[in-house]
Amino acid sequence: MRLTREDVLHVARLARLAFTDDEVDRFTAQLSAILDHAARVSEVAAGDVPPTSHALPLVNVFREDVVGECLSQEKALSTAPETEDGRFKVPRILEEA
Amino acid sequence: MAELWQLDATEIARAVASGETSAIDVTNAHLDRIEALEPEIRAFITLTPELARSQAAAVDQARGRGEALGPLAGVPIALKDVLCTDGVRTTAGSKILEKYVPPYDATIVERVRAAGMPVLGKTNQDEFAMGSSTENSAYGVTRNPWDLARVPGGSSGGSAAAVAAGMAPVSLGTDTGGSIRQPAALCGVVGVKPTYGRVSRYGLIAFASSLDQIGPFARTVRDAAAVLQLIAGHDPRDSTSSPEPVSDYVGAIDHGVDGLRVGVVREGMGEGTQPGVKARVEEAAQRFAGMGCDVGEVSLPSFEVALSAYYLIAPAECSSNLARYDGVRYGYRADDARDVVDMNTRSRAHGFGQEVKRRIMLGTYALSAGYYDAYYGKAQKVRTLVIRDFEEAYRHFDFLICPTTPTTAFKIGEKTDDPLAMYLSDLFTIPSNLAGAAGISLPCGLGEDGLPVGIQVLGPPLSEELLFRAAYALEQDLGPLPSPPVWEAR
Repeated sequence: MRLTREDVLHVARLARLAFTDDEVDRFTAQLSAILDHAARVSEVAAGDVPPTSHALPLVNVFREDVVGECLSQEKALSTAPETEDGRFKVPRILEEA
Repeated sequence: MAELWQLDATEIARAVASGETSAIDVTNAHLDRIEALEPEIRAFITLTPELARSQAAAVDQARGRGEALGPLAGVPIALKDVLCTDGVRTTAGSKILEKYVPPYDATIVERVRAAGMPVLGKTNQDEFAMGSSTENSAYGVTRNPWDLARVPGGSSGGSAAAVAAGMAPVSLGTDTGGSIRQPAALCGVVGVKPTYGRVSRYGLIAFASSLDQIGPFARTVRDAAAVLQLIAGHDPRDSTSSPEPVSDYVGAIDHGVDGLRVGVVREGMGEGTQPGVKARVEEAAQRFAGMGCDVGEVSLPSFEVALSAYYLIAPAECSSNLARYDGVRYGYRADDARDVVDMNTRSRAHGFGQEVKRRIMLGTYALSAGYYDAYYGKAQKVRTLVIRDFEEAYRHFDFLICPTTPTTAFKIGEKTDDPLAMYLSDLFTIPSNLAGAAGISLPCGLGEDGLPVGIQVLGPPLSEELLFRAAYALEQDLGPLPSPPVWEAR
């Protein structure tokens, strides 16, 4: 699998990462090599083998819907870079009209 | 008379309970040991001497009041820095969490505190547990106590090195693809990867949620069993934790292995495995035969392709898990952003190291439109094949043995420029994670280079009791093994 620089830049945008030109070059080569190795999964995984997403046979773990202990608002906000009026504060999300 | 820091956990607990020594003396002996060796080993990211001393004093006071002590009361412990500790900085080895002080304890940290185990500090690790050498830490490189020019393995390298060097009698790590067993092997200590779901992951900073599992490091199999006994069990706060009751690992440890069937994994004994490693594992197989086991060879054909599947599944899960580091609720935030996407992107670009970015990129690519079926979908099928191979093997054998790693500890810097070569050091540990199964690595002698060799005993899910019996039997049969050069008192 030969990735292009454009592939790497596209995936970086999806992942909310940014790279210098040197990093893009390095990652293009390294990710291609790793994907070549990883592509071996196609050689052995026949169509009739069911996929496993999780090794434990647990399904639908339910509990009673009762209120328990939880973090206070103050504690939940204590690690935030910026807060205002008891809320997380972030930079502008929408362009002004 | 041995130094206090040389005692194992079982001996410490007995001596504290009987009053032969005090918890505070034991804790101080370990803190002094850390002070002496930390400049060379660098096993810790954050030390917590005040917390440890106050916990130790509380144990001594409880004993003074005549209260019954828990089985590990007064035994100091070191915690991998990926386990959330209320009020104690928890970095996961990442710059993005440099100032993160969790507002809560992981479930297992609650248990460790309640057991009266003084917490010495938070140990160094590869960033977000992604790595096999502890070189991917934003807080420096941990050195192998056997040879300071070599890596301790990873990702739980700090926890392994601390126990090997006598800085802590026991520690906790996490194993997603071998991150407990591999450093245990490279540092010559015991490391346990429990069955997926055996130990609560609540409060563990997530890497790959279908693979991550917390487990102990110790210098003896019995100590490792005692620590797992403490941390194992169902937790309503982790819906993937197993509701199965926890066996009496310590009580059953000396029940022997006579009549058990042992399979030697053929794929672990190939050309890629160092001759010295192979020789020690072959000798261990003979020892099991000598103890009355029926020893044979077993093939797990999917063993090698499991590595490829792992390097799709783990990055895919990590790319999703690490999306939470967006500079909003915790962690580093870049200043002066144009808008929120710019803030997210620049915070992540600055806060994450190279290996973490590499895996996020891999995972994002493997999950992206048009590639999902070819990569992630196929990797999930391989996961099924790995499980089937193990199931077939356990129809003929009670447990399997295999080298933990293909080689002994490698040199610092040797593999940092070649991610694929680094990934290969997890070849023999990854299949257990994909299958959600249990495994223990224990030392079985030295290679021809004088460095420790680890052997794994592997079993099906929830076979810990049997694996502790097998590991203990081998440990007793081997007798005392050499200690690292730093073991001498100083």
